[in-house]
Amino acid sequence: MNLILDPADVQPADRPRIGGKGYTLAILTRQGFTIPDTVLITTDAYRQYLQKSGLQERIQLELHRKDFSDMRWEEVWDCTARIRSLFLKKPLSDQLEASLRETLQRRFANQPVAVRSSAPEEDDACASFAGLHESFVNVRGIDDILRHIRLVWASLWSDAALLYRQEIGLTIEHSTMAVVVQAAVFGHCSGVAFTRSPTNEAQAVIEAVHGLNQGLVDGTVEPDRWTIDRRSRKVLSHRPVERRLWAAVQDRGIALGRLPDKLVSHPPLEQSQVTAVYELACRAEAFFDAPQDVEWTFRNDRLILLQSRPITTSSSAHPEDKRGWYLSLHRSFDNLKLLRQRIETELIPEMIRCAAELAGMDLATLTDADLAAEVHRRLEINHNWVNVYWSEFIPFAHGMRLFGQVYNQAMAPDDPYEFVDLLVHSDLASVDRNQRLSQLAGEVAGDPKLAGLLRTGDLKGLPAGFRQQIDAFIETYGDLSCTMTGGTNCAEDLQPLIHVILQYATVLKHPPENSRQETTAERVERFLDAYGDGDREKGLELLELARASYRLRDDDNIHLGRIEAQLLAAVQEANRRISESADEPETDGGRQVLQAAVAEIHLLQEPTAAGSDEKHPLSALRARQLTGQPAGPGVARGRARVIRRHSDLPGFKNGELLICDAVDPNMTFVVPLAAGVVERRGGMLIHGAIIAREYGLPCVTGIPDATSLIQTGDTVTVDGYLGIVTVHGD
Amino acid sequence: MPIDDTEVIRARLQQLFATQQLAVVATSSSGHPYTSLVAFVASTDLRRLFFVTSRATRKYANLKGDRRVSMLINSSTNKNSDFHQAVAVTVVGVAEEDTGEKRQATLAAYVTKHPYLEEFALSPSCALICVQVRSYVLVRNFQHVMEWHPDP
Repeated sequence: MNLILDPADVQPADRPRIGGKGYTLAILTRQGFTIPDTVLITTDAYRQYLQKSGLQERIQLELHRKDFSDMRWEEVWDCTARIRSLFLKKPLSDQLEASLRETLQRRFANQPVAVRSSAPEEDDACASFAGLHESFVNVRGIDDILRHIRLVWASLWSDAALLYRQEIGLTIEHSTMAVVVQAAVFGHCSGVAFTRSPTNEAQAVIEAVHGLNQGLVDGTVEPDRWTIDRRSRKVLSHRPVERRLWAAVQDRGIALGRLPDKLVSHPPLEQSQVTAVYELACRAEAFFDAPQDVEWTFRNDRLILLQSRPITTSSSAHPEDKRGWYLSLHRSFDNLKLLRQRIETELIPEMIRCAAELAGMDLATLTDADLAAEVHRRLEINHNWVNVYWSEFIPFAHGMRLFGQVYNQAMAPDDPYEFVDLLVHSDLASVDRNQRLSQLAGEVAGDPKLAGLLRTGDLKGLPAGFRQQIDAFIETYGDLSCTMTGGTNCAEDLQPLIHVILQYATVLKHPPENSRQETTAERVERFLDAYGDGDREKGLELLELARASYRLRDDDNIHLGRIEAQLLAAVQEANRRISESADEPETDGGRQVLQAAVAEIHLLQEPTAAGSDEKHPLSALRARQLTGQPAGPGVARGRARVIRRHSDLPGFKNGELLICDAVDPNMTFVVPLAAGVVERRGGMLIHGAIIAREYGLPCVTGIPDATSLIQTGDTVTVDGYLGIVTVHGD
Repeated sequence: MPIDDTEVIRARLQQLFATQQLAVVATSSSGHPYTSLVAFVASTDLRRLFFVTSRATRKYANLKGDRRVSMLINSSTNKNSDFHQAVAVTVVGVAEEDTGEKRQATLAAYVTKHPYLEEFALSPSCALICVQVRSYVLVRNFQHVMEWHPDP
């Protein structure tokens, strides 16, 4: 078994063990092309690692926790985060490490290297995995090289790679990975050459940037572009760009930076260098007898070939190829920073302003026709904000995931979600709302007379101070009537809010504060230390971005809920008028206009989760133990309260287990009353899981038929460590 | 064929326990038997067998009510040849949750045998169950049965 190969020793039969990228480099070496010093870690090494560490079956258990097709993308991400964490924690066996270390030490003792993926499936599937698996540049020291080999192996199980493999029909279980370790070459200019232009078969294209080509490849640095006539080999055009950025080497890794002033006005390549690059690419094309996509770099005026692959395997050859879409699931740090700025400085303030403007309007003074127009306008406004939610707010959630990946890489914690503890207590709007409820409940708990007034509904007898606090709450958060009735009764009604306050009074629960904050601060320090002194500022920036992302996953829903409540208020007013004038003769056609406006809106149809309140007969099939995703550590056993519709909320009792389709952000006020949370919707970083974590509640998400298989009144155990829900029955 | 003395029995059991991952464990509730499949590990002296279960399971609840258990471990492979080749051992013993000072070492041995169950075994929601063996009943060659009491 050859675990590590020198390119000079590679035989054609080795191709399935070293992947297309590794094999191409071996062939080019033997043909006299100048490529960096390279060794190839075969798939045998990967298999041996999996077998010795026990990860083979562990990964399968993880992937088969539930049917892959039943998993939402968030669940796939969670699943792959746990798998990646396993690779980070499990060291190589002594024997495997010794086998690799000896060669790596001899070849790259004090030299920075690139550690690249080379998946054999790329050849089998005639599909391109470019960008789906990870590669690392500027890795120093044998220990770090060995660690990055594990990270490349782990990238075989990234969410994008898993989804793509399933899409193109590759067997996930039999996937394997080879690794290319190359001496890093930090050229002064770099780029790619397409020996045949994707848009014009008679032409070739060369793209070049100052510095390293990582910026070009991931699209963050715009390249100068030359077009060449394939037959005459003459340069037809040069399209210069505004050169502002470059990718440059750092102590560890590489980073995007401002291009030095002296280079801004200079194209990366001279005319003679353009010709030299094209000739190199043509040699590769002639040798492989197919148009090539060649990566190259100039170092000390020496042209070095980094990689060559046939253009036919690129996504452009497959119009149905969805690799680009899967890659777009991940956003870069720079992209997320820009998105955050737009959300925080433009979108959220605009949402708040919009909701305030709508709330300030006295609907009762509008004519029927004007009210109908207002219903339409609010419907349009709500629709626009829902679109913004999907196009801007949801992608920003990747900020949390990006931080999680970096944190786990630096810390290799036992719990792959430890990073969430660094994000909690970020002043979530819903937690703030619940704290205000707790304050009101605190007064009720200490004043039996006040509690009695609330229970009997004698609201006129409430003390003025307490009534003022209630009014202040309603002004900020509404009276909860829309939420608790599913939008069927949004007219002013204090009863739902009073009910919640009375329930809160039976238990005053707050998110834990001081003890955990100190631990959080210490954890932040440990993370920053592990992340690296030189990168401390970048680590803090990442954490700050992740906290904003975490906060927004809660706040955006609250803001959206306020706008939706204003739409519902207009509909409610319209319904009131229609109902009150039902017995009166129609005079001006206003009622018809209102009826038409309301008929277009289906929001009054209360959304309902699957399942029935009726008890299953004893002989029917019953669920005993259901597997989902562990989303909040802890175990709770108690009485289930299934929320199939919002109007089930008033029945929620302190200490019950919340079983629902998804914890709607507008109903999170029941979470402090719950002993545990079970959701159909899966994911560790979804809203319900975030809120459960804030309150330290056991939480399991991704139970496909939670609201059908569990009945209110069932005794249930929620195991938030393992993601298991056990139904004990009545 | 070696004579079935104690050392031979001991060696057979050790070989069987080293190669088999799973055991059937029988508990009872109100006199009614209830069987479950568990991943197990044996102590070196064969006096104890261990498995891990969630505290929310029926078998855990049953064990709380009645500590008496039986286990079955066998080498069958679902082929006709099992009838003359397979070895099966029935274990009779008493179970209880292991919370003692050797718990960590036992869990480490358990995870060494079942590395893919590490998260499960170490979860705070799971219990390590120790079965103190009263007797082994070893069956081979279809009907050849020997009984061994490790602590006579």
